[in-house]
Amino acid sequence: MSSAVAIENLGITLRSFHLSQITLAIPAGDYFIILGPTGSGKTVLLETIAGLHRPQQGRVLIDGEDMTRVPPEKRGVGFVYQHYALFPHLTVAENIAFGLRLQGVGRKEAMKRVHEISEMLHVAPLLSRRPGKLSGGEQQRTALARALIVTPRLLLLDEPLSALDPATRENIQREMARIHRELGTTTIHVTHDFEEAIALGKHVAIMHKGRIVQAGTPEDIFRRPNSEFVAQFVGVRNVFPGEIRTDARGGKHLAIDSVQIAVVTELSGLAHGSIRPEDVILADHPIKSSMRNAFRGKITAIANKGPVAYITVRIAAATQQQGPLDVISMITSRSLTEMALHEGKDVCIAFKASAVHVF
Amino acid sequence: MPEIREEFFVNTLFANRMSVIFTFLGGILVLFIAAPLLKSILATGGDGLWRALQDGDILKSMGLTFYASLIATGIAFALGVPLAYLLSRTDFPGKNIIEGLINIPIVVPHSAAGIALLMVFGRQALVGRFFGMFGIHFVSATPGIIIAMLFVSLSFLVNSARDGFDSVDTHLEKVARTLGASPWQAFWRISFPLAWRSILTGLILMWARGLSEFGAVIILAYHPMVTPVLIYERFESFGLAYARPVAAIVILASLLIFVVLRMIASPPREEA
Repeated sequence: MSSAVAIENLGITLRSFHLSQITLAIPAGDYFIILGPTGSGKTVLLETIAGLHRPQQGRVLIDGEDMTRVPPEKRGVGFVYQHYALFPHLTVAENIAFGLRLQGVGRKEAMKRVHEISEMLHVAPLLSRRPGKLSGGEQQRTALARALIVTPRLLLLDEPLSALDPATRENIQREMARIHRELGTTTIHVTHDFEEAIALGKHVAIMHKGRIVQAGTPEDIFRRPNSEFVAQFVGVRNVFPGEIRTDARGGKHLAIDSVQIAVVTELSGLAHGSIRPEDVILADHPIKSSMRNAFRGKITAIANKGPVAYITVRIAAATQQQGPLDVISMITSRSLTEMALHEGKDVCIAFKASAVHVF
Repeated sequence: MPEIREEFFVNTLFANRMSVIFTFLGGILVLFIAAPLLKSILATGGDGLWRALQDGDILKSMGLTFYASLIATGIAFALGVPLAYLLSRTDFPGKNIIEGLINIPIVVPHSAAGIALLMVFGRQALVGRFFGMFGIHFVSATPGIIIAMLFVSLSFLVNSARDGFDSVDTHLEKVARTLGASPWQAFWRISFPLAWRSILTGLILMWARGLSEFGAVIILAYHPMVTPVLIYERFESFGLAYARPVAAIVILASLLIFVVLRMIASPPREEA
């Protein structure tokens, strides 16, 4: 079950929030991220898609069907809030069964399906507990189970990871990727966290002051920001998709095409690595140091931003079929002058394995 | 961690000089309430209480008082809970005027409230005539007692229910809606059960307040006689000795009911 969503020229004013001219096309089965700073109107947009607010302009279509005036209970959407919004007077099982019971599913059948979904989300041991006694991660799994049990056409997630501690966040994030793979439910996920967007999103839309300012693949957005705001918000960063491999001596590497980067991580399988440009050291010639990552490359671009400069260094691929790897290094403008850097110059770069954030 | 000095905290009544003084001051107030109540019961004695319990007029008036206040509370529940929900969830022009209006019965002298009610529900007044067509009369009749009690005590229920709804996270209702609940279902399955404890507290407070109403009731209905009016009448006509047993019985009954209801309404202790 998955549905395509189209939002056409949506406009709504709600207290201090003002959304205007929102147009989005979300294909069936997509994992769509709406990324924006706090107060940009992301939650209002999500609630409007769910039918919790009535827009003043525009339309919301699910599978081509105009849903703009359909009440939320008839839209078939699942909603998960940042703070879980579990019903405190009901047990975990009753919370999860809530939607089924409203559909008139009998107690026995409902409990059977509650058990199935709670196996999938690993909340089976918690079924008889009350939400108040659960950890953040357990609450969020329960909220996901409650939303998913009614097999929604569309899953709406409002900052589902933001209230969790970092370890749990990573855990639930993987869980959500897995669930999306298994169920294929069209998902719209709102966040302010760029790494979350990269890790989960097939498509990303950037929202700013109630408008969508850019939409595309995550790659598009951080390689080709179309405005100063997007560039600022996304930031200059090195983000690489790859696969975690373990070498003979137990060291972990992130393999990105042909280039292998030493990393420190507990993760395995497909992952992303991100390195802050200020952690990438630029040198004239190879340097001997404790840094596990050292590469030779050629400068392909220099962006001078006043006190600092961003230098793009291209690391050549081992074979013709593979793409080269561009790594951005941030240095001071003074270094730029003193090292006499210019495009086409051969340089060396180095960074510590622990400077690579794997997610 | 800075060292915590025990005497900064008032754990016991006599922990330090301040708490001793506070205990003394607070104690005066507690005695001020307890002494008259106790005295009226003790002065009546077991015999007096027993005789009062066999006095048909007293029992009849108490029955009427409890009944009238219960009906008033029921009416306030049916009309006040929806109002409380609206006040909690919606914004509309003139909302603060409505909020002020709800609390006015607390500050208006209750005899004045009785007069005001008479202006609307009296035999010649419009509303009074309307209900009169159905045989419902307010002056010198039980319905008059009920509306007098309703008027002076509904603030307690509306305010308490509103606090209850305020404390229910609106996200819960929104999630319920997305899960297929109609507005009615979201209200009955989520908002109402979660606000129930506050509503129940409001109902108890309101009912108790209704029981004790004198000023507004006596203006609308001297007869049939509610207990506060009966006490007043016996005091005026026969003196303290005749009024005291009635007062003692009422005080005992109120105390008993209030303790029981407080036990029902107090939240169950959550195990840690």
